[in-house]
Amino acid sequence: MILSTALSITTTLILVAVLLNLARLVIGPRTIDRVVALDTMYINTIGLIVLLGIQQRNQIAFEAALLIAMMGFVGTVALGKFYLRGDIIE
Amino acid sequence: MPFIAEILAASLLIVGGVFALIGSIGLLRLPDFFMRLHGPTKATTLGLGGILAASTIVFSVQDPGLSLHEVLITLFLFITAPASAHILAKSAMHDRVPFQGGQEDPLLHPANLVPESAGEYHAAGLDLPPPGEPLPGEES
Repeated sequence: MILSTALSITTTLILVAVLLNLARLVIGPRTIDRVVALDTMYINTIGLIVLLGIQQRNQIAFEAALLIAMMGFVGTVALGKFYLRGDIIE
Repeated sequence: MPFIAEILAASLLIVGGVFALIGSIGLLRLPDFFMRLHGPTKATTLGLGGILAASTIVFSVQDPGLSLHEVLITLFLFITAPASAHILAKSAMHDRVPFQGGQEDPLLHPANLVPESAGEYHAAGLDLPPPGEPLPGEES
């Protein structure tokens, strides 16, 4: 009972956080602001998937969360490198 | 599930969610790029750390044995978050993204100027306000 209430509250908080990231993704004045917003959105999405895994008592969700963490890191590094040098692998 | 474990997991979940929300508010509200980079990289790793710790408690109580999937994600995030933040900050500095007062060089920020070197600030084409006045561009 307590845990399910806490799960609902935390899901709401993270959904609001994702909406705020979306606002920064839309209004961000430069490309690099949008890259940071996208990186934060990745991290918040990992939180949502972990919450789903707790709610369904399902361990498979963690594999998905780990995959998204890796893809998010690689994507952020590639975008930052492209913004810095105009090329990813030189 | 024991009552104490449930209380502990619930409070960790709430703390994690609040930290994630604070990081995203900082991303939306802070005035310049480098401050916006600071908010999420600290707060969301702490927030996600809280949520993953709660998940560790729940699955360790539920199943026999310790559940260590979540520690893997936590470790990975704690290693990669500073690395990606460093790359983004380096990209922004090479692109000469301006700081809060409109200056591009961090050494020219008025907080870094001793009074004798205020001439450098003028040489860079920036007007140093008289003491007590806000810095240029600080209101925006």
